[in-house]
Amino acid sequence: MFWQMVKGALLRQKGRFVLIALTVALGVSLATAMLDVAFDVGSKVNKELKAYGANITVTPRGQKVLKDVYGVDNAVGHKEYLREDELGNIKTIFWTNNIVSFAPFLDSEWKGQNGEKIPVTGTWFNKNLKLPTDEVVTTGVGSMRSWWHVEGAWPDDEQEKNVLVGTKLAASMGISAGDTVTVHTAGGTSETLSVTGIVSGGGAEEDRIIAPLALVQRLEGLSGKVESVEVSAITTPENELARKAAANPKALSQHEYDIWYCTAYVGSIAYQIEEVIHDSAAHPVRQIAESEGKILDKTEHLMLLITVLSLLSSALGVSNLVSANVMERSRELGLLKALGASNLTVVLSVLAEIFAAGILGGIFGYFVGIGFAQIIGETVFGSGIAVNVYVIPIVAVLMTAVLLVGSVPAVRFLLSLQPAEVLHGR
Amino acid sequence: MSLLELKDVSMEYNGKVKALEHINLSVERGDWVAIMGPSGSGKTTLMNIIGCMDTATGGSVVLDGVDITNAGRPELMRIRRDKIGMVFQQFHLIPYLTAVENVMVAQYYHSMPDREEAIAALARVGVAERADHLPSQLSGGEQQRVCIARALINYPVLILADEPTGNLDEANQNLVMQIFRELHEEGHTILTVTHSPEVGAAAERCVVIEHGHMKAQ
Repeated sequence: MFWQMVKGALLRQKGRFVLIALTVALGVSLATAMLDVAFDVGSKVNKELKAYGANITVTPRGQKVLKDVYGVDNAVGHKEYLREDELGNIKTIFWTNNIVSFAPFLDSEWKGQNGEKIPVTGTWFNKNLKLPTDEVVTTGVGSMRSWWHVEGAWPDDEQEKNVLVGTKLAASMGISAGDTVTVHTAGGTSETLSVTGIVSGGGAEEDRIIAPLALVQRLEGLSGKVESVEVSAITTPENELARKAAANPKALSQHEYDIWYCTAYVGSIAYQIEEVIHDSAAHPVRQIAESEGKILDKTEHLMLLITVLSLLSSALGVSNLVSANVMERSRELGLLKALGASNLTVVLSVLAEIFAAGILGGIFGYFVGIGFAQIIGETVFGSGIAVNVYVIPIVAVLMTAVLLVGSVPAVRFLLSLQPAEVLHGR
Repeated sequence: MSLLELKDVSMEYNGKVKALEHINLSVERGDWVAIMGPSGSGKTTLMNIIGCMDTATGGSVVLDGVDITNAGRPELMRIRRDKIGMVFQQFHLIPYLTAVENVMVAQYYHSMPDREEAIAALARVGVAERADHLPSQLSGGEQQRVCIARALINYPVLILADEPTGNLDEANQNLVMQIFRELHEEGHTILTVTHSPEVGAAAERCVVIEHGHMKAQ
């Protein structure tokens, strides 16, 4: 009979409940959209920010010690290198999915036809790298230097003699894409290279040759060696724990360490990179990491604020509608009490009606919210927003809270409702 | 022992307005008593006290052996549910439930809904064929008969009727009064509050109230 009454109220008096359902739908749709965006905005903004460069650089450990202690980058006559064959390990760390891309670098200096000095950097352009897990990933400066403008074509990593030439160097040498350039190494080797493109980007690349890593290694006799690696990783904004770990990881308790290690802080990702590359030192580029963190924090706070405000307005709307509904039905509800219904039974009956309408509105609002999120994603980031299943229980809890809070005035009215007042007057 | 015994019952609102003063009334089982009086005389207040929807501020009220003078709201609710059947001038049917569902609601709060028994109660007042109609699809007379069926469904010891013919045309008034006569003949105890001399005349006994005082019995 209880559900028959609820069903009767909902089906035969639809108009009363449609507005409640729509109000809940509005609040839930905004909450769903904002939470989905908030959950996904981290990776979206992070990917956008990755265009500004790497946030971790990896160098040989000895080189870091020299720089830290003596303030010099290289020791004369002794230089340490990282092993190229270990670089694939970067994609095997705990936060592997957060590693967007990485590229190794090996610098040298060659001479041109007229004996002029030509700086050269060996790197990967868009290398298909086979990982220890047998997966293949494509990585290199092609994805890390998104601001580079190449007139011509990017070289193929497998074509050792194809290179890029910086725009200023090309101008001084009078060469353009499609030309060849002959270089001489310090060891006396000469090599004629094909220029596939002229690169500009406003940095040091404009004054040098950017060559495949394998070519520089061969000509310099440094097979399998690299000087540094730049890593672009999606990171979590730093907090007190991250700052404490950055100052001294050994100061962390075991519990703090576990939390820090299992959170994608730039410091913990750097730490994990050091674990998989021998004798390496990974340095977070904190200015970038912190800027990213601040932008992310502000964006997420904005989303959460909009969520809270939308739910508050929804609760106010529900409160008004439910109160009006209950007052309008005061005789009917007073009659139930006159027939022997307890306060609890009447309140449960009204709440069941409100929740039934609210749940229907909530389901509708959830799907509308996913649509809103996609519109926001396409408009702001140019791609869809991932639908996060964790949003469902969160929204369900928030919707329940909205309905309960919105029903408080109506429940108070119901508890004070006297059948004698509404049925006979007093 | 009387079914209903009111001794020196008074009712004051906010300690100032005296709605009833020194009312004494005794109703035996099987009686049909009409309470009459002009508007504002205190009839409805008396009805609310007898119907366990309000409590007197003075005197004592005993219904079916239970002293309800100082009963709390939950206790009054239980007595109302178990012992009283109410018929209202404005019918007060739940608009989104059918006739039979309106009768079953009273069963639900009393014990357990039984559709067949509810249909039989509707048949008793001549509206069984309208069982699955909503109140908005019923005439005033039919709605009042559904209201009577609802009042009877839990076998109350006292039927309280507040202006039961107040909203009906003459034909329906006669129909409803005929039902009350039959109920009286079956031994039901009926208390009606009315302005109507015809309804008052149909009762065995008439109590007149004016300005909160009992004038005649």
